[in-house]
Amino acid sequence: MTAPTTTPTRGSTRRRMSRADFEDRFFGVLKWLSIAFFLAITVFPLLYMIGLSFKPISKLIQEPANIFPTWDEFISLDTYRQILRPVEEGGRGFIKFIVNSGVLALFTVAITTTIAIFGAYAAARLQFRGKRAISLGILVVYLFPAVVIAIPLFVVFSRVGLRGSLLGLLIVYVAQTIPVALYMLRSYFQTVPASLEEAGLIDGLSRFGVIRRITLPLSAPAIAAVALYVFMIAWNEFLFAFLFVLDQPDLWTLPLSVQQLDTTEVPKTLLMAGSVIITLPVIVLFFLAERFLTEGLTAGGVKG
Amino acid sequence: MTAQTETPPPTEIPRKRKVLSLAQREQRLAWWFVAPGAIIVLSLVIFPVLWNAALSLQRIRLIDLQNFNYFDFNAGFGNYSRVTGVRDFWETIRVTIVYTLGGTFLSLALGVWAALVVKKAFIGRSIVRGFMLFPYVAPVIAATFVWRLMLSTQFGIVNEWIRNAGREQVDFLGSRDFTLSLLGFDLTLPLALSTVIVFEAWRYFPFAFLFILARLQALPDDLEEAAMVDGATLSQRFRYITMPQLSGVLSVLFLLRFIWTFNKFDDIFLLTGGAAGTKVVTVGIVDWLRARGDVGSAAALSIILAFVLILLLLVYFKWFYTEEVEE
Repeated sequence: MTAPTTTPTRGSTRRRMSRADFEDRFFGVLKWLSIAFFLAITVFPLLYMIGLSFKPISKLIQEPANIFPTWDEFISLDTYRQILRPVEEGGRGFIKFIVNSGVLALFTVAITTTIAIFGAYAAARLQFRGKRAISLGILVVYLFPAVVIAIPLFVVFSRVGLRGSLLGLLIVYVAQTIPVALYMLRSYFQTVPASLEEAGLIDGLSRFGVIRRITLPLSAPAIAAVALYVFMIAWNEFLFAFLFVLDQPDLWTLPLSVQQLDTTEVPKTLLMAGSVIITLPVIVLFFLAERFLTEGLTAGGVKG
Repeated sequence: MTAQTETPPPTEIPRKRKVLSLAQREQRLAWWFVAPGAIIVLSLVIFPVLWNAALSLQRIRLIDLQNFNYFDFNAGFGNYSRVTGVRDFWETIRVTIVYTLGGTFLSLALGVWAALVVKKAFIGRSIVRGFMLFPYVAPVIAATFVWRLMLSTQFGIVNEWIRNAGREQVDFLGSRDFTLSLLGFDLTLPLALSTVIVFEAWRYFPFAFLFILARLQALPDDLEEAAMVDGATLSQRFRYITMPQLSGVLSVLFLLRFIWTFNKFDDIFLLTGGAAGTKVVTVGIVDWLRARGDVGSAAALSIILAFVLILLLLVYFKWFYTEEVEE
């Protein structure tokens, strides 16, 4: 957009003014159209997923454009009953997969957050040899993709019998989330004023006392954000679950079980119900803690 | 407090325990703090990456996993020539590059657009912002399955709209090419690949959006006000005032998104399974492992991927890594 370089006569100044007016008005309208566009592309898929998750497949085949369930379909919860009911009763046994995923995610959160709090504290506050290398290492590992380590882990875990166990997955998830957690927490700990901690040390607190009574309470929002992100990563993970526990249907995680449900004889609306079950906890957590999470994202980001 | 402190000379009173200086005690404590995380990351991330190189030189199949010799590099570079020799190898590389560049550019462009739109306050802004993050936080499996159902030829709402408009239905994720007749010219688009790229842009624009929005809101107003007084129009202010100030964050975002898109597996695997001209390198790796049961070749292909990635990381650290970026 090069500015027109006409000789500055009165007439051309007026035309320039009108161009500014025109742009103000034009972009003013465009702004609201854009908002509508962004709302459409983000809200519509969500509505579509929720709406169809209540519908019987026969209705979907008849009118694919009607995404809203009737009241009766809505309260019958038919697809959800089907998907949650145990396999012995003709359902899909999703309760078991929810438990698998939930236990895995919660353990990952507990272990990763604990390890990362101490590691990040040291990297942010304490002086030690190798500190720079550690900081750089965190970033490199954080940028490194899962696919590259998947094959060697697949081999070792097969050899030692950890493949095909939830413990194996837990170990991998902890290793996968530690760099992110360290990275985010370290950035946050650096913003906690060191003078507060020094005051605590002078008043006779030990390092552990300082961490427990000063650093942790001040960093509570960041720790909550990290815990939520770690939960989401473990809860959503697909690749390692696919590689490690595919052969043992008892150990399937939620994402894997939804993916495995995708066969020709399973109604697509059941898949939507499965997708809603996976998405629900994430959305609830997100709306409970949106502010922390957006801040956490820009403070370190989650790779994806 | 660099650890130059001398150990205290032996004191007159003999002690049972060696006295450590404050700095030494701090150092010891720091190592204890760092050790668990460092050990886990070393053994489960760094070591596997290195060992991958060894595996890529061995002829191992899925069935030999229980009893192969760790140090028998019998294959030499055979796995590499096998992996690069398959018919679709260069096609896979080309698709990966197109997918990565397309997905990165589009998601950044959408991110800039979205950030400009919600920069100034309006009623309901925080709700709009919250919804804009949905594609990014939604689990992959849910996002991909919703798209697949929406675009399905049999059940999908998009094809229903297309049919209602009197056109022929389109198999967005299932057909390789799409011929567009425009003003008498026939333009052939790689349909499934384009769809996957659009998905990528949709899913990851919130990531760019958040960073760009934070940067936009931190920009000082006076430059723009001065330009306004001088009669610069909105588009001129964007082009000459705002964009130059965003170039830093945009280049960092470009590299991050490029690296991560380059290594993306789940999205394409769940959308198309690598069919219809969307097979990228990561899908190829899992294919070698799971479908063909050839561990050595899968390792070789992932070494090729890691090699390209290391080049990209070097670029990142050379040009963008400063202590400030790290904060």
